[in-house]
Amino acid sequence: MSQGALQKAHEDVHKTQPWNNPEAVPFIRFENVTKKFGDFYAVDDVSLDIYRHELFALLGGSGCGKTTLLRMLAGFEEPTAGKIFIDGVDMAGVPAYERPTNMMFQSYALFPHMTVEQNVAFGLHQDGLPKSEIRTLVSDMLALVQMTKFAKRKPHQLSGGQRQRVALARSLVKKPKVLLLDEPLGALDKKLREQTQFELVNIQEKVGTTFVMVTHDQEEAMTMASRIAVMNEGVIRQLGTPFELYEYPNSRFTANFLGQVNLIEGTLVDDDEKYAVIHSDDAGGEIYIDHAVQGHEGATLWIALRPERLRLLTEKPTDTKYNCLSGKVEEIGYLGGLSTYHVRLDSGFRIKVTEPNSSRHIEPRYTWEDRVWVTWEAGAASVLNQ
Amino acid sequence: MSSEKPTLKQRYDRLMLKHGRVLVIGLPYLWLMLFFLIPFLIVLKISFATAEYAQPPYSALFTWIDEGVNITINFGNYLFLLSDSLYISAYLNSIRIAAISTVITLLIGYPMAYGIARAQGSLRSVLLMMVILPFWTSFLIRVYAWIGILDREGLINALLLNLGIISEPLIMRQTEFAVYIGIVYTYLPFMILPLYSTLEKMDVSLIEAALDLGCKPWKAFMKVTLPLSMPGILAGSLLVFIPSVGEFVIPELLGGPNTLMIGRTLWNEFFANRDWPIASSVAIAMLLFLVVPIMWFQHIQTKQEENGQ
Repeated sequence: MSQGALQKAHEDVHKTQPWNNPEAVPFIRFENVTKKFGDFYAVDDVSLDIYRHELFALLGGSGCGKTTLLRMLAGFEEPTAGKIFIDGVDMAGVPAYERPTNMMFQSYALFPHMTVEQNVAFGLHQDGLPKSEIRTLVSDMLALVQMTKFAKRKPHQLSGGQRQRVALARSLVKKPKVLLLDEPLGALDKKLREQTQFELVNIQEKVGTTFVMVTHDQEEAMTMASRIAVMNEGVIRQLGTPFELYEYPNSRFTANFLGQVNLIEGTLVDDDEKYAVIHSDDAGGEIYIDHAVQGHEGATLWIALRPERLRLLTEKPTDTKYNCLSGKVEEIGYLGGLSTYHVRLDSGFRIKVTEPNSSRHIEPRYTWEDRVWVTWEAGAASVLNQ
Repeated sequence: MSSEKPTLKQRYDRLMLKHGRVLVIGLPYLWLMLFFLIPFLIVLKISFATAEYAQPPYSALFTWIDEGVNITINFGNYLFLLSDSLYISAYLNSIRIAAISTVITLLIGYPMAYGIARAQGSLRSVLLMMVILPFWTSFLIRVYAWIGILDREGLINALLLNLGIISEPLIMRQTEFAVYIGIVYTYLPFMILPLYSTLEKMDVSLIEAALDLGCKPWKAFMKVTLPLSMPGILAGSLLVFIPSVGEFVIPELLGGPNTLMIGRTLWNEFFANRDWPIASSVAIAMLLFLVVPIMWFQHIQTKQEENGQ
């Protein structure tokens, strides 16, 4: 495949969405994979399909099993039960050095006794390629990650960002079918991390390799990934595109994990075909949802409200009795681009609202102890039953 | 405040702040001066004298004649060392035995150190403890124990004879073989400990990276683990090699009459022949022999520190 075709194939992943096509053949497949360390289930019966050209993120806190899953893919750990397929081949018993995967380690694991060039060439030497070919491949790869100038340096003479690039070059140069990235940007400072996120995505588009990434940083996963699996305690809690996960969380866990959210407990009082009404003692009011809710009346539900979907008003709206909670501004955080307000509702519940500061010269509209009404559109809330 | 006289405590604090570092470093150096450098100079002085039937049994280096100093330096001892093949072969033999022992110690110690470094937390401390444990008994007693094991009527022979595996006792003690056993046994911890500390510090993900990039485990070891443990190999080897060259007790107690080592030669010159000048020149020559590898090691170590490894 030419470079152009590869690039196109990648871009198409977002459009074709192979995960929604039952005919599509997964590139990597986890089949009921379990990994136990002693009595501890690091990974508990995980099944997962990843498609060619995806940039797939495994997201979760420490000890959630994401790294174990990645290490099983690399061949550093064998599953206790279940099967792993890469490109249709069962990986059981295939040692790390024979797998079509390469890994970029969290610590980068650059060989300290070798120069940048030797580090990148290391994997190619193992394949027994002719010297001239190795030289070309290495210099091409160093050019791709903009490290040509530093080819003769040793790792300890490089900055963190430069080491990260060398590690990437070393793992990509063998043209693996799958590139595994373990917290690829974890060791970089915030500014560099944001810049590198986009660079990594661009490089992935150029080389067309399937990337599987482990991260604990939801922002990183959201920015980079085609799809994200949110993990907790060895299980995948939710799987989907960044958009799906943010807008349609399936549980309080994912709602909380991705971005900020106000979680309000309530009871279903009215459930129609077109709408639903939930009464909440937490919020001290009635909440109107613009779609039907699956559940019997009287069931306990949670409403997830993103702070940026909420609006503050100084006057009580007169047109509706729903989705309108009164309270007092308790805390204000001015973040430049936006401001965060913590409003103490009359019910005692504290709700978080963010408002964009879209023009200069205007003092924030609300100040401490102001009486305000918090409102939102009927479609803004998502209903969770777990 | 400033016009007042400083209290004793303040004066002390000021003194420590200013000169504390010099004191901390200076005291051990003073100690070394007194008990290493001065004795060394005395030995050096004696090595340039001639043997005499006198008290002390050597000629004076400085003699006072008519308010002037007469210095008599005698290089004859050193020339004698070169001319008599006994000394040269004793040196070469010592170096050979020390080198072979070092290689054996390395071959035994490396896998042990590797195993300990990769062991789980609590097991690791137990294993390390067991390496250090022999130091709780005197070195001399442990060498005597080997006599009991290797002797004609020793443990091994008794066992093998009783089992009927051999009909004649094996001659193990008073051979070079016994000297190797003694040296390897005695100096093994000095090999394991520095190796352990380099291997333990090594990032396991480096080996995983090598495997990931297509190395079979053995090749990953050769390409990554081994070169990165070089500082430990060097340190351990020198800690074994240097004292082995001058070893006296082990060849004396376990070796045979033919096991010629420089430590024994030195002892003979000093106590049997009562030739202090020759004995001193043997000692000085041995020191010079050993200074070379030590300097080389220092050089490599500073180079590695500059490389930040």
